[in-house]
Amino acid sequence: MFKEMHDLFQWAWLIPFLPFLSFLIIAFVTKRSKRLSSTISILAILSSLSLAVAIGLGVIQSGEKIVEHPAIVNVNWLNIVGLQIDFGTIVDPLSAMMLFVVTLVASMVQIYSLGYMHGDEGFSRYYAYQSLFASSMLGMVLATNLLQLFIFWELVGLCSYLLIGFWFFKVSAREAAKKAFITTRVGDFGLLLGMLFLYVKFGTLDFVALSAAMNTNIQDVAVIGTAGYVTVMAFLVFMGPVGKSGQFPLHVWLPDAMEGPTPVSALIHAATMVVAGVYLVARMFFLFDHADPMALQFIAGLGAFTAIFAASIAIAQDDIKRILAYSTLSQLGYMMFALGVGSLTASMFHLMTHAFFKALMFLGAGSVIYAMHHKQDIWEMGGLWKKMPITGTTFFIGVLAISGVPPFAGFWSKDEILAHALHNGHPIIYGVGLFTAFLTAFYMSRLFFVVFMGPEKKENHPHESPWSMTIPLMILAFFSVFGGFVALPEHNFAFFIHYGTFHHEPIAWGLAGISVVAGLLGIGLAYATYIKKAISAEKVAAQYSGIYKLLKNKYYVDELYLWLIHHIMDGLAKILYWFDIYIVDGVVNGLALITRGSGRVLRRTNTGQLQTYAMVFFFAVVIIFMVFAFGEGQLSALNPLATLGGVK
Amino acid sequence: MTALPTVSSMSMLLPFTLLAPLAAMLLIVFLPKEETKTIKIVAAMGMLVSLVLSLYAFLNYQWEPGGMQYTLTIPWIPDLGVNLALGVDGLSLPMLLLTNLIGFASIYASWNIDKRVKEFFVLLLILIAGVMGTFIARDLFIFFLFYEIVVIPIYIMVIIWGSTKRVTKEYAAMKLTIYLLIGSAFLLVGMVALYLAAGANGNPTFMFDQLSARQDLYSPAFQKVAFALMIVGFGSLISMFPFHSWSPDGYAGAPTAVSMIHAGVLKKIGGYGLIRLGIYVLPVGASFWAPYIATLAVISVLYAAFIALAQKDLKYVVGYSSVSHMGYVIIAVAALNPTAATGAVGMMFAHGVMAALFFSMIGFIYEKTHTRNIADLGGLAHQMPRLAIGFMIAGMASLGLPGTVNFITEFTIFMGVINVLPVHAILGIAGIIFTAVYILRTIANVLFGPRRAEWDHLTDIRGPELVPLVIFGFVIFFAGIFPNVLLGMIDSGVTSSGLAKVLETVSQAKIGGLF
Amino acid sequence: MIGNFSVGLSTYLLVGAMLFCIGLYGVFAKRNIIAVLMSIELMLNAVNINFIAFNRFIWNEKIGVNYLLTGHVAALFVIVVAAAEVAVGLALIITIYRNRQSTDVDDLNWLKW
Repeated sequence: MFKEMHDLFQWAWLIPFLPFLSFLIIAFVTKRSKRLSSTISILAILSSLSLAVAIGLGVIQSGEKIVEHPAIVNVNWLNIVGLQIDFGTIVDPLSAMMLFVVTLVASMVQIYSLGYMHGDEGFSRYYAYQSLFASSMLGMVLATNLLQLFIFWELVGLCSYLLIGFWFFKVSAREAAKKAFITTRVGDFGLLLGMLFLYVKFGTLDFVALSAAMNTNIQDVAVIGTAGYVTVMAFLVFMGPVGKSGQFPLHVWLPDAMEGPTPVSALIHAATMVVAGVYLVARMFFLFDHADPMALQFIAGLGAFTAIFAASIAIAQDDIKRILAYSTLSQLGYMMFALGVGSLTASMFHLMTHAFFKALMFLGAGSVIYAMHHKQDIWEMGGLWKKMPITGTTFFIGVLAISGVPPFAGFWSKDEILAHALHNGHPIIYGVGLFTAFLTAFYMSRLFFVVFMGPEKKENHPHESPWSMTIPLMILAFFSVFGGFVALPEHNFAFFIHYGTFHHEPIAWGLAGISVVAGLLGIGLAYATYIKKAISAEKVAAQYSGIYKLLKNKYYVDELYLWLIHHIMDGLAKILYWFDIYIVDGVVNGLALITRGSGRVLRRTNTGQLQTYAMVFFFAVVIIFMVFAFGEGQLSALNPLATLGGVK
Repeated sequence: MTALPTVSSMSMLLPFTLLAPLAAMLLIVFLPKEETKTIKIVAAMGMLVSLVLSLYAFLNYQWEPGGMQYTLTIPWIPDLGVNLALGVDGLSLPMLLLTNLIGFASIYASWNIDKRVKEFFVLLLILIAGVMGTFIARDLFIFFLFYEIVVIPIYIMVIIWGSTKRVTKEYAAMKLTIYLLIGSAFLLVGMVALYLAAGANGNPTFMFDQLSARQDLYSPAFQKVAFALMIVGFGSLISMFPFHSWSPDGYAGAPTAVSMIHAGVLKKIGGYGLIRLGIYVLPVGASFWAPYIATLAVISVLYAAFIALAQKDLKYVVGYSSVSHMGYVIIAVAALNPTAATGAVGMMFAHGVMAALFFSMIGFIYEKTHTRNIADLGGLAHQMPRLAIGFMIAGMASLGLPGTVNFITEFTIFMGVINVLPVHAILGIAGIIFTAVYILRTIANVLFGPRRAEWDHLTDIRGPELVPLVIFGFVIFFAGIFPNVLLGMIDSGVTSSGLAKVLETVSQAKIGGLF
Repeated sequence: MIGNFSVGLSTYLLVGAMLFCIGLYGVFAKRNIIAVLMSIELMLNAVNINFIAFNRFIWNEKIGVNYLLTGHVAALFVIVVAAAEVAVGLALIITIYRNRQSTDVDDLNWLKW
């Protein structure tokens, strides 16, 4: 049985390869034909989806065996003195789950884009990028070693760059793309360093081999202060996820990334790429586990901080996509602190459910934006519920899911995270998480009520989106409703994806009740404020105008960074350039001037007088003669080579 | 000394590779100067022959047993021990291939030249042949000879076909030439000293391998002095801080083809020389100077990256970026271990391809828009999508995106350096952030943004103009996705040429890691 | 009576040296370029005297011959070369004179910086 499955798992490389092929075909052959390009791309991702489903079923059938022994295929990629790197595929429950999520959301987004991107000038280019992204993301999921993961990690970054800047004629899109790339680069710097140190220390980057090496080799010698090398590496590696998954303080790029087309935001900046950081930490969990506990505590703290930080900003935003973007940041923080409190299961579970409902909401938002002719301010919308019933319903499912209302997907995963936070002894983080759940429910309901329930605006003539857009919404809504039930059976989610030994833990219904109450409170407050108008939002904003302004302006983090870039970095650049031109080049030109000047002086000795020359000549001969006649013995001192030493 | 030429079946491969551009050059000399089309085709044909031959050499090279292959040795001045000795190994073969790739593409990058076409291509072919000669020479004397040949055509080409921006082209040409000549003067002194020291046993030689084999004839003091001379010579060639200032000015003044060849391969002679002559022949001297060199190299990396941020002229951006990237090569050389040496040669190849692509694209932009000022450009992706793709590929390769050959070579360098010079490595890696900043800024400001009406008349690159993009794009990705093709070859060179063994004796690597 | 006065090598050398110095003075001090040329001839002749004198007074004991013609040959060489030089020199001077109407060396200083 397992043998047969293994044969299936060997073909996992096809999953990223098919979209890559599609990218090549679109780029080199079919880019002139929009219809053909999109068809090829969608066919490729659907094939990958079916393969991913097959592999997923295979993993479920293999049961315990695959949990203990992942199916790994490796091919040598680089083999030189001091550096051996393989490329391969790893199939285990973790990657199978990710494969399914990524291919599913990617397929939905690509189908959705048929409608959303219809008539765009760069339609073929869009699908080429989408294929390339799917390919890189899937390659990253299947990576067997850190370098392979890093390579695809950077490639998804490239695709993100290209897709954010897809409408490159917009200055804002161009700047946002640049910002995204550079910000994540800062994190990648740490990841790259961590990777190098890991290789130097353990001689491998292979996940399995590294994990084994850590288990046998755990003397954590202090290198920086009291932190041992494993801890230092853990922090360095974690820098990558901080950038990629938008943790504070490198979160600034994600809201700006909303300049890309909305389906892109759904796929890359909500469901898949941004969770790459979470996935990386999950893959490398053994590293963090072996590091000093403060590493995990740090992750938990940073995650929780990001969660509440972003959620608080989301309350005061007006742009529908930005609200969703901050919500994504907040949920990413959730996943991070789930890892930090030691629950790989809960984090991955939330990653999955979040992918479903956040993709759903982004696509729903896209549908709204499409209907509103690219208006994004929620206050210009209203009463869309009647005009767009499918979008409205599915969006509402998304809101309920993210707010943690049972039995929607978000309830199960969020509850599991909060339960683990409390059980593993992090009451403060539990509190922060709970409050964030309340805020989340509030701002999502606010968004929903304002956009779909509020008074209709006359100048808008919205209508329901075409089928190509609503069908993906319905499929994702299905998963947002039922996706959480994988926590229920005996061989549940935790059985397959966990770290260490598996304990079957019953669901803590009491804690679940508390978080449900928090969520419902949030929804209720939003209802009271924006539907019943029992509380005036304007009045509250006016009363706490300082806080409101702070939130509205995203705590001025962007302004701080801009100041640093424009004044410190560019200032230093200008100073160094000045130095280069006037000091370094000054020395060079100065030497040239000295040469020229001495020439100008010395040429005076050439008088043009024949007799002077003759006199100089004569006396020079006399002097040389004298030296040769009487100075013998000292002459060898004039041989410059003798002073070089060694010349015998 | 080997009295007779060693003749094997392949020994004429390298001479033919070297002579093909010269034959084309002679043919052009006898063509009437109005036949510009014919001249260009003849030049391209000559380079095509070279390219095919060197590609054949690359693919046909036997990694086992490695070492010098396709060798040809003809005693030239027996009294001085000078041999016309040609041959390639894993270190020089990538550089030879690189020279021909860039040489071939540079012909097409200058396809639109219309001023003194005949003279231009004659000089260009001499230049390419000269660069090629340095990489296939196995004899220091021949190496030096070819190196000196290179300087003259560059001077003339910059003066006649160059462009005047921040500095005049005359200044640029003068600076370039004098810098290189001063550098080579230091080299000459070092070379003569080395020759005398090695000839102390009454058997004068210029052959690299024999110079290296006579370690016991060089006292440590001599090695230090001689290596210092090499560092000044090769260091100014590879534009190591503070000997770098010729590089941006020179590139900015030079015509496209010269910038391509200069940044692409000529600069690499410095790195190649440091490895082949510096650490291979004078390892003790190298290990003495290594920490200082590494420090200068890290300064190069960061300093030039920062300055590139402040540039307004496209060619200056790439000029400073090449100073910055060469810093990585020098750090790798200073790390004195086989992994880093492999990375260094790989990086030289990778950077060569990238810089040549960059300069050719900038050349086309300048040709079409008549400006290189970043602020005047913008939104060019609207009018010239293919050029934008080429520019993007070059930019992405420059910032070390995985999938391009530049990433994996940089990674190899870092891997080799990090446990020897951790602080330098960390600072160097920090450089990738700033590289990303200036590259992405340039890309954004030149290619993207709103459509500008004043560029609507521009036509995209097409026909012969596409050759550089196709060649370099292919090489960047092919070698990036299958790095063993390049790095495996270099690795075999490092191991089989005896470099690895030499490095072992002086290696600073603390086996067992950093901590 | 001067006694054992004999004409030795040093006498010849003295004459040669005097002649040379006179020539040198002429080269340094004379204005007229023809005079300079003549002074050069004097110096050459001084050298010739030295050649002949050395040839006479230095013999090679091993061979046992003290009358090789090496010096004479050298002197003849000098005379021939000097004749050629004068021919070229005078030709130059005439050309210069035609151009400049002067044979004064001080006027011939336009070959400088």
